[in-house]
Amino acid sequence: MQHTFVSLLTHHAKTRPDAPAMREKAFGIWQALSWADMALLVNNIAAGLHAAGLRRDEHMVVIGANRPRLYATMLAAQSLGAIPVPLYQDAAGAECVFPINNADIRFAVVEDQEQIDKMLDIREQCPQLNHLYYDESRGLRNYEDQGLSAIDQLIESGRAFNASNPGFISGEVAKVKPSDVAAMFFTSGTTGNPKGVVHTHHSLLDRAIVGAKFDKLTPAEEVLAYLPPAWIGQNIFSYAQWLAVGYVVNCPESVATVSIDLNEVGPSYYFAPPRVFEGLLTSVMIRMEDAGGFKRAIFHYFMGVAKRVGPSKMNGTAVGLMDNLLYGLGNIVMYGPLRNNLGMSRVRVAYTAGEAIGPDLFSFYRSIGVNLKQLYGSTETAVFVCLQPDHQAKADTVGIPCEGVEIRLSDTGEILVKSPGLLKEYYKNPEATAEVLSADGWYHTSDAGFLDADGHLKIIDRVKDVGRIKGGAFDGAMFAPKYVENKLKFFSFIKEAVAYGDQRERVCVMVNIDFDAVGNWAERRNLSYSGYTDLAQKPEVYQLIKECMEQVNADLSRDGMLAGSQIHRFLVLHKELDADDGELTRTNKVRRGFIADKFSELIDALYGDKSEQYINTEVKFEDGRVGSVSATLKISNTQVFVPIKSPA
Amino acid sequence: MAKRQIGDVILDVNNISLRFGGINALTDISFDVREHEVRAIIGPNGAGKSSMLNCINGVYQPQEGSISFQGQTFKHMNSRQVAEMGIARTFQSLALFKGMSVIDNIMTGRNLHMTSNIFLQALRIGPAAREEAEHREFVEHIIDFLEIQAFRKTPVGQLPYGLQKRVDLGRALAMEPQVLLLDEPMAGMNVEEKQDMSRFILDVNDEFGTTIVLIEHDMSVVMDISDRVVVLDYGKKIGDGTPAEVRANEDVISAYLGTSH
Repeated sequence: MQHTFVSLLTHHAKTRPDAPAMREKAFGIWQALSWADMALLVNNIAAGLHAAGLRRDEHMVVIGANRPRLYATMLAAQSLGAIPVPLYQDAAGAECVFPINNADIRFAVVEDQEQIDKMLDIREQCPQLNHLYYDESRGLRNYEDQGLSAIDQLIESGRAFNASNPGFISGEVAKVKPSDVAAMFFTSGTTGNPKGVVHTHHSLLDRAIVGAKFDKLTPAEEVLAYLPPAWIGQNIFSYAQWLAVGYVVNCPESVATVSIDLNEVGPSYYFAPPRVFEGLLTSVMIRMEDAGGFKRAIFHYFMGVAKRVGPSKMNGTAVGLMDNLLYGLGNIVMYGPLRNNLGMSRVRVAYTAGEAIGPDLFSFYRSIGVNLKQLYGSTETAVFVCLQPDHQAKADTVGIPCEGVEIRLSDTGEILVKSPGLLKEYYKNPEATAEVLSADGWYHTSDAGFLDADGHLKIIDRVKDVGRIKGGAFDGAMFAPKYVENKLKFFSFIKEAVAYGDQRERVCVMVNIDFDAVGNWAERRNLSYSGYTDLAQKPEVYQLIKECMEQVNADLSRDGMLAGSQIHRFLVLHKELDADDGELTRTNKVRRGFIADKFSELIDALYGDKSEQYINTEVKFEDGRVGSVSATLKISNTQVFVPIKSPA
Repeated sequence: MAKRQIGDVILDVNNISLRFGGINALTDISFDVREHEVRAIIGPNGAGKSSMLNCINGVYQPQEGSISFQGQTFKHMNSRQVAEMGIARTFQSLALFKGMSVIDNIMTGRNLHMTSNIFLQALRIGPAAREEAEHREFVEHIIDFLEIQAFRKTPVGQLPYGLQKRVDLGRALAMEPQVLLLDEPMAGMNVEEKQDMSRFILDVNDEFGTTIVLIEHDMSVVMDISDRVVVLDYGKKIGDGTPAEVRANEDVISAYLGTSH
């Protein structure tokens, strides 16, 4: 049976009208919106949008945080057969110009004054953008710009329209077919213009249902929606699966309150990229270091027990009686309270994806009883390609292909996917579509990897990034930059790493230290520092980072294929890599080529024999002003190990 | 974009002089504040800005002159009376209850609006409980307005300085004042915090129609957000007018930059 987004909404509103659909914390209290309320809201907004002139197959941007009325707006557009295009709320105005003009967008529904200002700023470049609606009216009272109004007015005009045209909107809803385009997501893209990924109702909902079946999700699940709705992951978890399963989505009060809200909601189905899990763990560890000796001793003792016993318990294998008792005791005195503190007491299924997760980080959560698993997918595949089944989660693989998915490897080692969740096309970009989608229906993921003996998929790196070392001791060896970077980032002291080595004699790395973790480490050693740039250049910090590098090298030397990727030289950057300065993508992935061009003098210094290099860099602040940071960076050599042949 | 209707004179300061022993803190100062406007008092260190605010607020009793508020003239004001009439203030050196949470600090600003007696309040019984719930709701709107939801239950002493300033403003807003006196609301803040605070001040003025009298050191901020500016120097008024007028005033330039001869 095939569905559309709105048919699922109608279904819930009919069968469980009073059950909560969404909650939002406002003025200190969680306010619930039932399925019936939601359906009525969607109906009125849809009528308002129709009356304002939004037509079938027309695109409409939605920009803002997770707010019930913005989700309702997406459903309203879909009720009319129009296509919602969510954009990242923290993107600069200029970044919105391309998507808006690419799809000739006339309608924008946004969260607040900040977003309205952004839209008004780019209006000259997007003259067709003449309908702007906002959810939060604060600060907008005196705006007199053309075509600007509140969602409240839209709802009001919709109500009037519905009163004189009863049944019109349900007629429009009935015309929407599962094979119609449901939504478009712009991928951040590391080079060139972003591409609009076109998904149909069927491709998104099919995957949402498969994922839900895999983990036996029920309408009783609670989810906290706190990542940008423009990201397909959030969109699947708090929109497609929300409708497919009918569970409750909770919207946090503000970005700053997410950890408090997490604690209050106690979600049962949780999703976060590795950096969120890492941030939580770091904050626990820092607080633990500051705790008294007795508490610290208990913590370390029971973490030892958890490390030994937890993973086997999680994987469903038998453990000894003594271990069982100790783990039970630990659960009472430590794991339980800790889960509660993290807001994970009720988590039944937690997923991480988007980046590789460190083995220690991964097993930490599993060992304290959080069922953390990994999945593999992308915007183009509507997320679900591979999932880890309960009891079979491994740190270095991403699980088994889920229902409906076929996986094949190309000659170059690229992972090819066939699935009902594949994109329809890239919007107005047949060349790009042809590049990734072959005529016989295989999607080229551009990830290099392989299936292991148990049928679990293991990802190494992006195919285009996998390079070769040229010359020197490791001539011709494989170089996988991301593999190296991830190994470095697994250390809590290293926040970002950028590795270079393709077509070069040796591998060199630039890193960002984690300011919180290293700052705390420095404080405990009575090292004074004035800020990030100063701390980054302390000789003690260099020594600390050097030890991390050498551990990675020792590890790589044992890794047959990748022994040549060992790090020879490194430096700690003077500024934190930032998406606003173009060094990271909006999803916080390093843009290696861009960074190499921007810091070319550092690259030259790394590959030369200098021991330090002066650099001055322009930085963009959040308010759009520009400043600069300059420093003389030290460059340090590291020990490289002789490869150890793995027993064949 | 400003469309606020600036009204009649709400607060009128006439020929105020304030002396501490032999020191003339303020000499013959007169100026007025109109309803719904943002009025700034500027001047170099020791010019008498805070003394001026303290006179309006009833903390200091000027030896000469009078102050009219909404048509009523007072020889000198008394701080409780001032608060009851609808004038609230914030402090340059924060005067918050450091050990209390953000909510409790702001709740203290509702005190004048509460009618139940101290015993009922202490025991939280009868009408006191209902009353507290109503006031709590009002306070929640302020918390939302100032975007400090994440710190509701945090003891104020643990917050960074910029946020404490916001809580201070929140407590003053809880009084639902007609006139808000801000004593250096942006002192010691970084650029981002200053921008946030400017936005909050303008929003208060715009959304609630509150008249604002502020003292500020940072000239760029003052010039950006005020409608009219009074300039004091050594306890005397040397300028009064719109930011553009004040900027062009010779006396003001020499007070700030010194004169070249």
